[in-house]
Amino acid sequence: MSWTLLSVEIALAALGSVLLMLGLLLPEKGRRVMQPVAVIALLGILILGGGLYTAQYSLFNGNYQIDPFGSFFKLLFVAAGILVILSAGRYLERFEERVNEFYSFMIFALLGMVVMASAGELITLYIGLELMTVSFYILTAYLLQDKLSAEAGLKYLILGALSSAILLFGISLVYAVTGTTVIADMAAQFSMQPVMIAGIILILTGFAFKISLVPFHMWAPDIYQGAPIPVTAFLAVGSKAAAFAAMVRVFVIAFPVSTFDWPLLLAILAAITIVVGNLIALVQTDIKRLLAYSSIAQAGYIIVGLVAYNTYGLKGVLFYAMLYVFSNMGAFAAATIVEVETGSTDIKAFNGLARRSPMVAAIMTVCMLSLAGIPPTAGFVGKFYLFSGAIQADYLWLAFVGLIMSMISVYYYLKVAKAMYIGTNDDVSAIKPGKAVGAALWVCLAGTLLFGLYPGPLSNLAQVAIQIFL
Amino acid sequence: MLLLTNLIGFSAVYASWKVADRVKEFFSLLLILITGVMGTFLTTDLFIFFMFYEVVVIPIYLLVIMFGSSKRVTKEYAGMKLTIYLLIGSAFLLVALVALFVKSKAILGFPTMDMFTLASADFPIGFQIFEFVLMALGFGTLLSMFPFHAWSPDGYAGAPTAVSMIHAGVLKKIGGYGLIRIGLMILPGGAAYVAPIIAVLALGNVVYAAFICLSQKDLKYIVGYSSVSHMGYVLIGIAALNLISINGAIIMMFAHGVMAALFFAMIGNLYEKSHTRNVDDFGGLAHQMPRLATGFMIAGLASLGLPGMVNFIGEFTIFVGAFGTYKVLTILAVSGIIFTALYILRTLGAVLFGPRRPEWDHLQDLKGVEMVPLLVLGAAILIGGIAPFTLMDLINLGVGDLVAQLGSLQIGGMF
Repeated sequence: MSWTLLSVEIALAALGSVLLMLGLLLPEKGRRVMQPVAVIALLGILILGGGLYTAQYSLFNGNYQIDPFGSFFKLLFVAAGILVILSAGRYLERFEERVNEFYSFMIFALLGMVVMASAGELITLYIGLELMTVSFYILTAYLLQDKLSAEAGLKYLILGALSSAILLFGISLVYAVTGTTVIADMAAQFSMQPVMIAGIILILTGFAFKISLVPFHMWAPDIYQGAPIPVTAFLAVGSKAAAFAAMVRVFVIAFPVSTFDWPLLLAILAAITIVVGNLIALVQTDIKRLLAYSSIAQAGYIIVGLVAYNTYGLKGVLFYAMLYVFSNMGAFAAATIVEVETGSTDIKAFNGLARRSPMVAAIMTVCMLSLAGIPPTAGFVGKFYLFSGAIQADYLWLAFVGLIMSMISVYYYLKVAKAMYIGTNDDVSAIKPGKAVGAALWVCLAGTLLFGLYPGPLSNLAQVAIQIFL
Repeated sequence: MLLLTNLIGFSAVYASWKVADRVKEFFSLLLILITGVMGTFLTTDLFIFFMFYEVVVIPIYLLVIMFGSSKRVTKEYAGMKLTIYLLIGSAFLLVALVALFVKSKAILGFPTMDMFTLASADFPIGFQIFEFVLMALGFGTLLSMFPFHAWSPDGYAGAPTAVSMIHAGVLKKIGGYGLIRIGLMILPGGAAYVAPIIAVLALGNVVYAAFICLSQKDLKYIVGYSSVSHMGYVLIGIAALNLISINGAIIMMFAHGVMAALFFAMIGNLYEKSHTRNVDDFGGLAHQMPRLATGFMIAGLASLGLPGMVNFIGEFTIFVGAFGTYKVLTILAVSGIIFTALYILRTLGAVLFGPRRPEWDHLQDLKGVEMVPLLVLGAAILIGGIAPFTLMDLINLGVGDLVAQLGSLQIGGMF
């Protein structure tokens, strides 16, 4: 076995530890280098991951799978990590001496996600999941003086532990029937028993918590609102994508549709999620809560791809997860700038942003439109894949629900645009975002428009990645 | 159709010569809008068609909320209503297009979005009906088909002049264009089945909207509802499914486009100077503003279908074509002309003629660049009206094949 196959994981673990030590060794002023160090190291890891993209190996007796599907998500997580760290810079100044730990927790959460995407076995998957969520418990409560943040941290800890327990219980039930926890061996041992169905449903519930499907979404808005914005962004983008990656791998490979119709179950959940998420988002006045409900609805869209369970659908899941990184990160980066500048996360804080900083307002608008699925942004192409898949799989009603609700969602996304373009603000001083945040915004804009106008390359990557399921 | 777009786009820029605030944003959004419209008319691929169509919606929203006016409804309300209506319509459309895409794989062996390839495929009749209903909903919303027209008057009233011009002039026509190009061409069977229902709804457009116009006091609302009413003629023309009526529908779209654009340009100009659009506030404006009055007269008379104007050609052709298919409906629809005449003449009389009112003495007549929309659009109306063959030939070229395909089908359904 060649260790280079695991180089992404090893490099991430090393980077996390190095950053932790660097923070202790460096004098106060020297800590400014941590952001560039983290970003450059992650860029290196991104290239490393890109180089390994087509590798396909089964390590540790199938417990760990290196394949394009996992690699696709690894690239996604690392890209999300880079964008989060870029956009977090000035926000983090308020943490003073605790900044170094912040970076290393971010990296460890990232490592957890990477493990989840590649785990070929349920216990490994669970370990990845715990590594990720434990890091997030701490990150969520990072604003020590802030009651909301502390509350969010505690809530996340309790609900997260509960959902992990449910997932673990589901895994043990499935293990009881099949006698294995290796995902690839399960389908062969599959037998239709009540215990098995209970196990599948519990596993589904555990994942549904992580990706905040209705009715398991209650935690998301409070935690998104309470957590520091960069953490919220990473939680919304990375942790969800990781849960999706694991979910697709487990459900598609281990549980044959012919014996248990889990897509129907998921279709119902997806429809409820899309409707509820979008409708509640309509009345939100806080940007973080708005994005939280929007991300609940987005999770519903992505699940549609898994429901469809065919080439278009699965490709859609991957495509959408990737574009979601760019569009959502763009929105969060803009929200971070506004919060740093005004100290508020109310949508009113966006009033008049188009005059204060036309660039930020324009990029925010494009990202919002992408989330709403308006062409020529990437969101439209992603939705096109997802709903084509659903229609092909004869879930026409689901496509209807999804598309109509996504048009309704335009209302609340445009509400932000409206505030930026016609809202008036007493403070009209120009906002100059820092270089790092600016770079993050431009990358998000480029990703959102590029994948929208020229979806070919990303679509091919996704196509390669889903070959293992076909 | 491209001719129409350019004509109106050109005039719209002149009509908004006076936008002083945030000029850059205004014109860049306007150009995106025009690009979207052109793309829609040029493409032969459904996917691209849909993409351009949606590109159009968002700039309109931004233009309305940034530059619109809040008279009877706030501009935020108007903009949002317009956007949501159009987008929900487009959701139906998207489902229809994707279903078509997926189905084409079963029929042709490979999935395609090319209009011509799809047109050659033979879809089962049940599927065609289902598809056509979805498309009628989608395009119908855009064309302000009764009862999905509610966005149109509010939207126009809230929008700045140039947007009203482009929207009423061209954008609505994407609906008609789509119905003819995609609906009739790819799904002739479904069209034949659903057409009678559309014809009945179209009658609703014509008569109901005309009645509303009779009681309106705001100039923009009058033109807004009258445009809903005129779209009824277009829909009847499309629903009759024969060469003459479809030709008529296309001419009518062109005619209405030019006419509505001219009307909105004139109203916009008047509003800019007088800050009111209430019919009762005006009177005898022909004394102070003879050129503006000329523009109003041309647009108004074209709107009521006076012979010599291009609208007459359109209406006449539609009725000739449709009479063979729906006798009763056509007769009822013709009555719409009477009501149109009623409200248009009432409005023109109240605004332009009557004794000179001294409070409007300070108003300046059109001059310089303000004349451009009047000249260009007025000329188009008159040339089309006096020499209709120039247009007819162009249209026949495009529609001939389509109707040959329709000829073999029986109109079925409700009647």
